[in-house]
Amino acid sequence: MYQLKYRTASIFKYFTLILGAFMALVPIVVVLFASLKTGTEYNSTSPLSPPADWLNFANYTKAFVNGKMLLGFANTIFILIISIVGATLTGSMIAYILNRFKFRGKKLIMGAFLLATLIPSVTTQVSTYRIINAFDLVNTHFAPILLYLGTDIIAVYIFLQFLDSISESLDESAMLDGASYITIYFKIILPLLIPAIVTVVIIKGVSIYNDFYTPFLYMPSDHLQVISTALFKFKGPYGSQWEVICAAIMITIIPITLVFVSLQKYIYNGFEGSVK
Amino acid sequence: MFRNLSYKSQRIIIIIAFSLIPVALLFTLAYLPVFNMFRYSFTDWNGYSKQFDYVGFENYKTIFTDPKYFSVFKVSLYYFVGSFLQMGLALYFATILSFKVRFKNFFKGVLFFPYLLNGVAIGFIFLFFFRPDGTLDTLLQAIGLGHLSQGWLLNPNIINVSLAGASLWRYMGFNLIIFLGAISSIGKDVYEASDIDGANRWHQFRHIILPSIKNIIQLNMILAISGAISAFDIPYIMTGGSNGSNTFVIQTVDVAFKYGKLGMASAMAVVLLIIVIIVTLLQKILIKGEK
Repeated sequence: MYQLKYRTASIFKYFTLILGAFMALVPIVVVLFASLKTGTEYNSTSPLSPPADWLNFANYTKAFVNGKMLLGFANTIFILIISIVGATLTGSMIAYILNRFKFRGKKLIMGAFLLATLIPSVTTQVSTYRIINAFDLVNTHFAPILLYLGTDIIAVYIFLQFLDSISESLDESAMLDGASYITIYFKIILPLLIPAIVTVVIIKGVSIYNDFYTPFLYMPSDHLQVISTALFKFKGPYGSQWEVICAAIMITIIPITLVFVSLQKYIYNGFEGSVK
Repeated sequence: MFRNLSYKSQRIIIIIAFSLIPVALLFTLAYLPVFNMFRYSFTDWNGYSKQFDYVGFENYKTIFTDPKYFSVFKVSLYYFVGSFLQMGLALYFATILSFKVRFKNFFKGVLFFPYLLNGVAIGFIFLFFFRPDGTLDTLLQAIGLGHLSQGWLLNPNIINVSLAGASLWRYMGFNLIIFLGAISSIGKDVYEASDIDGANRWHQFRHIILPSIKNIIQLNMILAISGAISAFDIPYIMTGGSNGSNTFVIQTVDVAFKYGKLGMASAMAVVLLIIVIIVTLLQKILIKGEK
């Protein structure tokens, strides 16, 4: 009796897991199928049937070339690298002084960062736009870069948490050797923060790569398109050529899949770390 | 060069140098916009003319009386209900994936993966999914439910259900990972002790897991409310807000940038911000009260 009940529960468990995985994958797999079909094949077959030729990359070439996706990748990578390096540096710097020094105004700064988490950036976009515009940065790479740098509070939290676990006696022994605070930060703190930096880079990197709203609003020029605005442009001219759009979708998904598969462990750790 | 300074003066220099940029960014990009937003919300500014008039609470009155503006809150309800379903599913999968399961990492990865995808890609994937004779219709036919097929994005009665469904697909993995992290921080010995006492999985879920992660669940519920009000990406990319799928944020963006009513859009944003802050404060009070 117990065994029967146990087995039913087990079957139910795997059934739901497989169903869940199926629901998560089907929308993507059909896009993969469509991206490898020729135009006529696409029109004559069901979305669920696999492509006749698994190596038909014609749609990919078309999407890549006509959608100027190389330009999109180049712009994305440029923005990504500068924002991430900047956010890591500024985030770890402020976390370092907040964690290691007692000074007047410390509580105020801490409180200001905390309070800012309450403001969803999407609500203030309209007046943020005026400010970026006042700096004359609209339609340059530096509008999103500045925004990705400025709104980064999660990074500060992750660094603060991690700094707690780095013993202050390390700083003190370096000071006995005559090291300056700058040296301590660059030679001791920063290298020890590497696991936290990896987490920040992943979380930040994924959100920048996937962001649509900021580049769409702040960089309307064609030559500034990033990967998500490049993809969005397929909506008009390729309205009926779904096989090409599907190839474009796959082109944006492939890099993130590679990152995910190779860094899975760090990604989970990062999220778990931010819960605790 | 710093070596020759005393630690006391070094300390002052480093505190100023290291906080200058982050604090300047925080104030110009987080606090100044909020301040300006409040100011604009009492004006009829169009966003570019040199002068504008203060109109008092006129904009706010319009938001709460004109059905054109008010109706967007109804759309939020779909996302709100959807996010509860999403949390239920996430909690279920997080619980079973916390125990012994074959191919655990595969299931974890697959269920989480959608969260990592580009918002535009997800919009397109679901346009493809909901098209007439698209993936969903074909699937329904395959299991003999073909008669349920309909204009998933064309029927104003269904469109928000479809969009909230796409949103559930996208964000479920995020809740899942958060719940998994919370559940994994429960000590193994607690389960072992309850095993000895003869507790089954349901008892363990009800009496061990649920109480231990209550705060995280509450936090996610609050996020669900503000997420529902600020839904943007999916409906904007997929429908542009047509067929009755207009959300608060799409409306705000349109009012500001398409119709050039910056004062009005700011008032809408203030309303949105106030709702989010009330909800967040409520959560803080609730969680504090529990402890």
